Amino acid sequence: MAVAAITPDYTGERLDRVENFHGNIVVYVGWDRHLMFCSPVAFATPPDTTFGKVLDELIPGAFAQHPDFEKIDWDQVSWLLNGEAFTPDRAATLETLGVDHKSIIRLQTPGLEGIGGSHS
Amino acid sequence: MAARKLNLKERYSLLTRDLDWEYSYRDKKEIFPYEEFEGIKITDWSKWEDPFRLTMDAYWKYQAEKEKKLYAIFDAFAQNNGQQNVTDARYINAIKVFLTGVSPLEYQAYSGYAHVGRQFSGVGARTACQMQSIDELRHVQTQVHAMSHYNKFFDGFQDFPHMHDRVWYLSVPKSFFDDARSAGPFEFMVAISFSFEYVLTNLLFVPFMSGAAYNGDMATVTFGFSAQSDEARHMTLGLEVIKFLLEQHPDNVPIVQRWIDKWFWRGTRLLAIVAMMMDYMLPNRVMSWKEAWEVYFEEAGGALFKDLARYGIEMPKYAATAIAEKEHISHQVWSIFYNYTHAAAFHTWMPDEKEMDWLSEKYPNSFDKHYRKRFEHWREMERAGERFYNPTLPMLCNTCQIPMGFTEMDDPTLTAYRQSVHKGERYNFCSDGCKDIFDHEPEKYVQSWLPVHQIYQGNCGGADIEKVLSEYYRINMGKDNMDFHGSPDEARWNEWHNLQSAEERLKKAG
Amino acid sequence: MSKVYMALQDNEEAHYLVEALEEDNPDATVDYQPAMIRIENEGHLVLKRETVEEKMGRDWDLQSLHVNLVTIGGNVDETDDEFTLSWN
Repeated sequence: MAVAAITPDYTGERLDRVENFHGNIVVYVGWDRHLMFCSPVAFATPPDTTFGKVLDELIPGAFAQHPDFEKIDWDQVSWLLNGEAFTPDRAATLETLGVDHKSIIRLQTPGLEGIGGSHS
Repeated sequence: MAARKLNLKERYSLLTRDLDWEYSYRDKKEIFPYEEFEGIKITDWSKWEDPFRLTMDAYWKYQAEKEKKLYAIFDAFAQNNGQQNVTDARYINAIKVFLTGVSPLEYQAYSGYAHVGRQFSGVGARTACQMQSIDELRHVQTQVHAMSHYNKFFDGFQDFPHMHDRVWYLSVPKSFFDDARSAGPFEFMVAISFSFEYVLTNLLFVPFMSGAAYNGDMATVTFGFSAQSDEARHMTLGLEVIKFLLEQHPDNVPIVQRWIDKWFWRGTRLLAIVAMMMDYMLPNRVMSWKEAWEVYFEEAGGALFKDLARYGIEMPKYAATAIAEKEHISHQVWSIFYNYTHAAAFHTWMPDEKEMDWLSEKYPNSFDKHYRKRFEHWREMERAGERFYNPTLPMLCNTCQIPMGFTEMDDPTLTAYRQSVHKGERYNFCSDGCKDIFDHEPEKYVQSWLPVHQIYQGNCGGADIEKVLSEYYRINMGKDNMDFHGSPDEARWNEWHNLQSAEERLKKAG
Repeated sequence: MSKVYMALQDNEEAHYLVEALEEDNPDATVDYQPAMIRIENEGHLVLKRETVEEKMGRDWDLQSLHVNLVTIGGNVDETDDEFTLSWN
C-alpha cells in the first residue's frame, strides 16, 4: 500500500525531484564524530562539481570552525557514500563518482576525537 | 405525576443518542464517505460509550466557569506587570516556542475534530468530537490572549501564524498535524486522541506548566491548566476510541497497532522540543525531561499498555529507542537550536556553570561524557567574541523534518542515518521509526515540504538567506534571532531590574 | 497492579477534593508539586460526591470536578455520585 487514501491509485507529487533544483542536485555532507555541527549539512550544487571543489570550498566552508579541522590529514580520511566506502578522485565530478541527488557523503577522521575527546 | 429528576446516564442518553435520526432517503455510505477506506470495521456504533457523560448544557456551564477564572488571572497578571516577575527573561523564549509551535496546533486540532466530528456515523463519537473541537478553539484563543501581553514587552511573538506556516523548525509541528488531518478519520483519532493526547501530552502540559508556575509565569500556568482541564476529557476520549475500535472487530487490531507505532514515534519526535524547553529554558527547574518521561511515559504509559494487552495491543514498536533517547534528546535538540539561532525567532544561550552542574547531576550517564565539553567549548568561543553559529543549512529528516541531530542509541557519538529509495529517488531519515513511516506510505511523504529543500528550490524568496529569514519568514533580524546575550530582550530586562549586562560589568572592571 | 492517578490544580476548592480522596482512598499518596497536586493509588481511585459535600459543607455537583482537574491516568467511570479511575 503506497498510501491509505480514499482516491484509488493515489500518487503524491514528489516535491524534491531533481528537476525542481534548477540544474543542481542536493548533496549532504557529514563529518563523523564531530557533533559540534549538530547535523550533516545540505548543499545544492551542479552534478558536474568536481570532488576537488567539494574538498576545497564546500567542506571548509561548513566545518573550518572546528579546532580539529586544521589537523585533518586528508590522505588518511576515509569516505562513505550513502553508507558504502568509496575513494573519490579530486578531478572527478560528483556525477561520475555516483553522487546522485540527495546522496550522503560522510568523512571519517580517525585519531581526531572531537572537543576534549567527546566526539563533539 | 411529578417529574422525576433524570440521572446522569439518562440525561446523557437523551442529549446525545436521541439527537440522531435514521437516514431514510440517502444511502448511509453517501452521507459518511470516509468511514470505510481505512479498513476499520465498525459493526455496532451503539456500543460507543463516553465515560464522561458530559452533555452540551453542562459543557457550556463549566467551560464558562473556567473562562471566568482564567480571564480574572490574565487581568491580574497584566495589571500587576507580571512580565517583570518571571524568574529571568531567558525563560520567555520557551513561551515564544510555545506560541509559534504549539498554539497553532490547537487550531489544527480544532479543525481536525470539526472534520472527523462530521464524518463518524456514530452519534456518541460525533458529540465528543464536537466538544473537543470547541475546546481546541478555546485553547488557541486563550493562549493567544495570554501571550499577547508578552508581545508588548518581548521580541519574537509578533508574527506567529505567518511563521508557523513558513519557518524551518515550525514545519516540524505543522507537518505533524497536516499528516494527521490528511489521514482518515479513524487514524486521526488514534493519532491525536490516543497517541498524542493520552500517551504524550501530559509531558507537554503537566510538568512544563508546573515549571511555568515555578518560574513566576502566572499567565502560562493558568492557560496551561485551564486547557489541561479539558485535556482530561480528551484523554478519556482517546482511550475510549481505542477500546471501541479493538472491541468492534479483530481485524482492527493490527491496523490500530500500526497507527500507535507510527504516532507514538511521530509524537516523541515532536516532543523533543519540549524536552529542550524543560532542561534548558526554565531557569527554575521542577524536574528533568528524563524524570518527566519516566513518570508520564514509562510509568503511566506502561500501565496503559498493560491494560490494553488484553486486546492484543503491544507497547509502541520503537518505545525502547525512545526510552534510551531520554538521556540525550534534550541536549541534542538544544545543540540544533544553538547551531541555528541566527535563523530562529527566539534566543538560545549556553547554560551557566550552575545549570551545567544540574544537567550533570540529572544526566549522570550522558551529560559529562557527550555534551558538557561541547558546551564549554561553545562558551569559550562566545567569550572570545566568536559565538558559534552553523554557517550551512542542515540536512533534514524526510518524515519528522527535524535536522538530523539524533544519534544511534548504541553509539551516541554517531549520527543516525537511514535511507530509502522510492521510484528511483533517495529519501533520508533520522531513525528507524521515521523510515518505517515513509516506507509504509511513500506516496504521502514524497510530498514533504522540507524547508531546506524549498530554500534551495528558490521557493522562499530567492537565494539570499538573509532575505529568506527577514522577508519570507519575517524574523526581525538582530531582535528576534541570535544569542540571548546581547539581545534587546536582555537589555530591556536588565533595565527593568537595574541589572548590568556581562559586557558592561567587564568594561567597568577593566 | 498499575497505579491510577489524578492531578488537580492547587487551589482552595481542590483542597476539599484532596481531603475527600484521602478519606475514601486511605492508601493513596498525595504529592504537592508546583501549582498542582498529584494523587495516585494502586489500581483504583474514587472521588465521592457525598464526601466532598461533607468536607465543603455545601452541595457540590460532581461534574464541576472538570474545573480543577489537570490530568488523569486510568479508565474512567462517572455517575452522579462517584468518579472512579481504574486499571483492569
